[in-house]
Amino acid sequence: MTNRRDFLKRSLMAGGAATLPGLSGCALGTRPGGHVVVVGGGFGGATVAKYLRMWSDRGVAVTLVERNPRFISCPISNLVISGDKTLADITLGYDGLRNTWGVTVLQDEALAIDPAGRTLRLASGGTLRYDRLVLSPGVDFQFDQVPGLESEAAQRAILHAWKAGAQTVALRKQLEDMRDGGVYALTIPKAPYRCPPGPYERACLVADYLKKTKPKSKVLVLDANDEIVSKKALFTKAFEQYKGILEYRPGSELREVDAGSRTARLDFDTVRADVLNVVPPHRAGDIAARAGLKLINDRWVDIDWLSFESVSTPGVHVIGDAIFPAPTMPKSGHMANQHAKVAAAAILNLLAGQAPAPNPVVMNTCYSFVDSKNVIHVASVHQYDAEKKVVMPVPGAGGVSAAANELEGAYALSWAKNIWADMLT
Amino acid sequence: MKLLRWTPLALALLAGAGTASAQDKPDPNLARNLAATCAGCHGTGGRTVPGSAVEPLAGADSAVLMQKLRDFRSGARPATIMHQISKGYTEAQLELIAAYFAARK
Ligand code: HEC
Repeated sequence: MTNRRDFLKRSLMAGGAATLPGLSGCALGTRPGGHVVVVGGGFGGATVAKYLRMWSDRGVAVTLVERNPRFISCPISNLVISGDKTLADITLGYDGLRNTWGVTVLQDEALAIDPAGRTLRLASGGTLRYDRLVLSPGVDFQFDQVPGLESEAAQRAILHAWKAGAQTVALRKQLEDMRDGGVYALTIPKAPYRCPPGPYERACLVADYLKKTKPKSKVLVLDANDEIVSKKALFTKAFEQYKGILEYRPGSELREVDAGSRTARLDFDTVRADVLNVVPPHRAGDIAARAGLKLINDRWVDIDWLSFESVSTPGVHVIGDAIFPAPTMPKSGHMANQHAKVAAAAILNLLAGQAPAPNPVVMNTCYSFVDSKNVIHVASVHQYDAEKKVVMPVPGAGGVSAAANELEGAYALSWAKNIWADMLT
Repeated sequence: MKLLRWTPLALALLAGAGTASAQDKPDPNLARNLAATCAGCHGTGGRTVPGSAVEPLAGADSAVLMQKLRDFRSGARPATIMHQISKGYTEAQLELIAAYFAARK
């Protein structure tokens, strides 16, 4: 069976990017041309696709490969779990990238990379040829590190909801179905993990929901880390707001689960929950490991900070949660959006025969809701250090909120809408 | 049209040459790249979505933007977050950013 998409893929494969409409009028000279393939349409991948088109005046052809039909945002998804928002509120389409920016968006899955031939093989059977490849694959879970959670049946009973989508809705349903007086237990893996303040925000929001609707219930936060990883003083304060409902247990690394009885075995303790929510340890998305890119700690991709190019594999750039982070750099959607812009600028320079800019700057902000209205933030700015060859946090800059407040509740929701537009429209 | 292909050797030569020339002449995209770090909250090119609680920056007067940024840094202008963000950039970087947003329509 042949459809338009197959045809497009074959033409990309056979004739190279020169057959793409985006390239047909491409001027020779300083304006960069070429074909960039982006894998993953999240905060990193969608942003890099748009900015490559925008900053090249549509001179560079961009194909985005994403397995999901629509983008669903992880930031704000904890508000879906608490019932304050719906999945529709955090779901956006790729039409802006297609229609406004002329990105070719393929709903497909990247299977394998041939870095020498500069091709990417897709699950549908097609092959894409690229001049530069950007991987923004996010994370994949290491279910094998949690005995009892290896099977799909176990993973249906014990949810992570650490990628927004069906799991977010399913966790919401489990909480709705829980009896008053039930126990919701959340396990947090050792840092680094995606979204450092996310688990504590989730604990607060679930406690907020239970306090309002099922006040006899309990929230147990089982943290593998020795202390709260992000915004410690502010979350400690927020936890006091939920005294009697929320209990925080640091140094509680998960060793094993039993899906049938929803039991978590920890180092010194065993917990039986009505809703057991396990965030398993994770690593760079599978495609990065499969592609043979050099990893650090067998988990995160080692990149050059001027270009986000893999140190081992020329032509392959990696951004977002999948990379080995710079000092104090969080794995966040905001940060992936920033990686994307540095990578886009570097790729356009490289395609035009120039070196990447020598002085990249990125900044991060994570807003967290401590209840349905009040928010706290952590912010940082990171500038390139030519001696260390990595971006370093600027001393004296950044910081956290003075206290949780409603004004930042409004700013947090505006942040989400503006950054979604910055990546997708 | 033949597509550009980079061999590792060509890249190494390029990187060497590029570093030298980067020091010689200013990067024409520096202001664009720096201003892009603000877009997560203030919108692409400083244009926010309708109803945004965060102000747009596109088309604002650059001297006024610069004064606001200085006042964030000194603490003269009350802020939830801009006092912390503005301290992460040099005065020269903020000048470039302010001029870039002022030039957006
Ligand atoms: C995390 C979100 C965020 C980012 C990123 C951000 N801002 Fe802001 N900005 C705000 C908020 C919120 C305000 C309102 C003041 C406050 O509470 O800090 C603001 C206010 C401002 C104002 C004053 C607007 C007015 O007319 O009242 C200026 C100017 C400004 N920001 C410039 C910048 C520049 C330049 C950057 C990038 C270097 C930047 N901002 C990055 C959130 C952000």
